[in-house]
Amino acid sequence: MSSEALARPLWRRLIGFNLLGGIVLGVAGFYFGWWLGHQIHAESLDFFGDTNQNDVALMLGYVFSVVGFLIGLGFARYPLARMLGKERTHTENEHGGSGRYFGLCTDHKVVGVQYLCGIGLFFFIGGLNAMLIRAELLQPSPQIFGAGNYLTLVGLHGTMMMGIMTSGVLGPFANYFVPLMIGARRMAFPRVEAITFWLLMAAGAILMTTLFFGGFPTGWTGYAPLNDQANFGFDSYIFFFALVGLSMMLLGLNMIATIITMRAPGLTWSRLPIFCWGAISTSILMVLAAPVLIAALLMVGFDRAVQTSFFLSSAGGSPYLFQNLFWFFGHPEVYVLALPGFGIILEILPVFARKPLWGYRIAVAGILGVALLSFFVWQHHLFVSGLNSSLRPFYMFSTEAISVPTGLVFLAGMATLWRAKIRYTVPMLFCLAWFFNFFIGGASGVFLSDVPSDVATHGSFFVMAHFHYTIMGGLIFAFFAAIYYWVPKMFGVMLSERLGKIHFWAMFIAFNSTFAPLFALGLMGQPRRVVTYPSHLEPLNIWVSVSAFVLGASMLVFLANVVYSLVFVRKPAPDNPWDSRSLEWQTPTPVPIENFERRPIIDTDPYDYGVPPVPLVPPGPAEAPAPG
Amino acid sequence: MRRIAIAWFVLSAILTPIVVAVIAPTLPPGNATEASSNQVFDDTVLLGIVTPIAVALGVYFAYTLIVFRRRDADPAEEGVATRDNPSIHLPWLVGTIVIVLFLAIFGTVELTDAGAGGGQGPSPAFKLSGNDVMPVQVIAQQWEFTYRYPTYGGVETAHLELPVGRKVELHVTSLDVIHSFWAPKLGVKADANPGVDNVAYVEPEEELSFEIHCSELCGLWHGYMFDTGQVVSGEAFAEWISEQQQVFAPATKVLPKYSTQYFPEPERRGG
Ligand code: HEM
Ligand SMILES: [Cu+2]
Repeated sequence: MSSEALARPLWRRLIGFNLLGGIVLGVAGFYFGWWLGHQIHAESLDFFGDTNQNDVALMLGYVFSVVGFLIGLGFARYPLARMLGKERTHTENEHGGSGRYFGLCTDHKVVGVQYLCGIGLFFFIGGLNAMLIRAELLQPSPQIFGAGNYLTLVGLHGTMMMGIMTSGVLGPFANYFVPLMIGARRMAFPRVEAITFWLLMAAGAILMTTLFFGGFPTGWTGYAPLNDQANFGFDSYIFFFALVGLSMMLLGLNMIATIITMRAPGLTWSRLPIFCWGAISTSILMVLAAPVLIAALLMVGFDRAVQTSFFLSSAGGSPYLFQNLFWFFGHPEVYVLALPGFGIILEILPVFARKPLWGYRIAVAGILGVALLSFFVWQHHLFVSGLNSSLRPFYMFSTEAISVPTGLVFLAGMATLWRAKIRYTVPMLFCLAWFFNFFIGGASGVFLSDVPSDVATHGSFFVMAHFHYTIMGGLIFAFFAAIYYWVPKMFGVMLSERLGKIHFWAMFIAFNSTFAPLFALGLMGQPRRVVTYPSHLEPLNIWVSVSAFVLGASMLVFLANVVYSLVFVRKPAPDNPWDSRSLEWQTPTPVPIENFERRPIIDTDPYDYGVPPVPLVPPGPAEAPAPG
Repeated sequence: MRRIAIAWFVLSAILTPIVVAVIAPTLPPGNATEASSNQVFDDTVLLGIVTPIAVALGVYFAYTLIVFRRRDADPAEEGVATRDNPSIHLPWLVGTIVIVLFLAIFGTVELTDAGAGGGQGPSPAFKLSGNDVMPVQVIAQQWEFTYRYPTYGGVETAHLELPVGRKVELHVTSLDVIHSFWAPKLGVKADANPGVDNVAYVEPEEELSFEIHCSELCGLWHGYMFDTGQVVSGEAFAEWISEQQQVFAPATKVLPKYSTQYFPEPERRGG
């Protein structure tokens, strides 16, 4: 946009290919699809359908809505122009004011910021749902929402978190910093990068519309045949997760292509920052796992709308098939949530330990090992399902085997602290808390992987505690470490250290006091996803709920910090406030559009900290060069 | 390093026995059946392994975080630039692999004891030895469990009672969506899949009343799908079951013939 364009009145600037246009066309598309669906047939063809909910109409509504949204954002212009034989540049909207943030923009730094804000919004909604769930569980019988709405809340919370947070680290931070870390000008496919973000936003909005269609009673796992019996609102779940899958897959492909092909000269694989290793292994998981999810959801959609029966045992299908497909995606998915955390932790530790990353090679081996093994464990979610009882020892073994590569990551992190000079900044505190939380998550995983022990705890609050320790304690703590660490580069403003520390301690203590008692509740027999529980469990549940509210309040401290630091104080950040050696911190703040003036040439890895160790034997006189 | 090792040794020498001998035996689900005491035993062994590891990490972090913090005297101080020490890799790898192998073998051995109370599908890999096994069918539907006793004329009851000391073979199935039969104190959990016969074994060793929960989300009233069952003496059971046979005689007559599929013929049933 030129300055002349900026001079145009506001209403004129709002018209065009931007978020507003996307929303208008998205809504129009929805009604068009809805109308079309009703033309095709009047009622649901659903097997179990005892209502006249028209799944076809809703699904077509969503399809056209997404298409309209993308057209409104301007994604059709480039392919159309090329088809008409016109030349267009690869870049879109990279120059210009804040309008860039509200539309299709191919600058990876803009997309990173868009991701951070968009994901932040949905993370906030998901967290709010958690607060409502805990409010309901304050008493043993339902008082606030009732059974149906309660299940919708649980499903919304879980689905929102699992779907949106898959890109929680890669979306904002890898998109923004991987090109900077590898000395590249942009991502390999900038348009693809932009579309992954807008697909994710469309998905989030679609999931929220489930509230208009009766919600869904299936939790985030959406098992068959309950999913076939479910309300209309389950179609929102299908489209949400399918779009998330699509976004994930494209994001992964883009990331892999970028890291493989666009590294600066001299940036060999053994000099690649460990965060990039985390990003690329996560991306491999995304690319391999997401298509399975998309396919499985398509099949569910067909079962619901057009009378196929892939998963209906009453008509020759198999619910086990859905469980297998879902967890074949679902288990790698949980490592999609965990691995970026590994990358962030190991990336940030050296900076504040003022030491090189210890054991770079074994750390990489650990990350890749976890990624590989994560495809061989999915039936540990089905230990009591009656499937393949003779394969249980194998899945028990493969699950436990993941602790070997995870152990390598722990070793690398722990040894990095040895003889360090630790600076207790806010990002460092979050990193250190990660070790604590993830160890508890992992140790409880050892119990769950042991089949006899799992028989006692499967499907109970014990599992709830376990995965919140790994995801919330692992991913979300790493996510906040990354925010405190990188926001000075992204926004050119320092976050308040004092509020940050209050946030950290409140969050860390409240988190543990929320989720540690859930192990006990699970062992004492409280199943997941129930709106009622035995009344002797009430005191502990009250404790948990109150802690959860404190945990929620700690997030408000964070929000206050953001508003206070970014809006009011605006203390400008120096180019390299942490004194980091990593390439992304060597750029000026704000980062110029072309990132680097000229292509950097790399001759070392980014962990060049510390004083060289004193050799045990004093070096002898330098050897004279051999003559000749 | 030596100080860490000593602190670790002392602390885990104190804590591990406490955890194993004092805390672990009080863990749910208790010792009412073979399967549940099996589960408590597994948890005990795992706690015995995890405790020293947790202590090691705790001591290591406490030490490094205090000793290696930056002192304010010299804000620009840096750590020692050690990058690796390959001599640690092998012992660490061997250590973790040995633990993993032990866990896998231990878990498998425990599992061979009749599947440790878990549902094993129509052809269980780990059977309960002995031949006086009483089959009981657990039929889940939205949103209740009923129980069928094929050795007592196929009577279908609304409550679960089991005689103490008798080996029981539970055949868990569902008429609609997936449920899961969970009786925490019995140490039994088995998913109820429509059209699938999911077998789990249990051998109650003391008389008690126990809770039953559905532990797989099964729709609107999932939270209300719970029930109480009893383990009673052999005589009390004989009396109870003959009473049930009389009360439900008219219903038993019209029920389909007993089958592990519940409906011998495939049949469609709305939700
Ligand atoms: C703000 C802190 C959080 C609190 C207090 C919280 C609390 C809860 C509660 C009460 C449930 C429902 C338990 C049940 O009845 O089954 C739940 C489920 C769940 N939560 Fe969270 N949660 C939090 C953060 C997160 C985060 C950050 C994630 C992942 C990124 C997450 C993922 C899930 C998932 C996947 C479920 C399972 C939903 C299902 O059963 O289908 N939660 N959480
Ligand atoms: Cu149920």
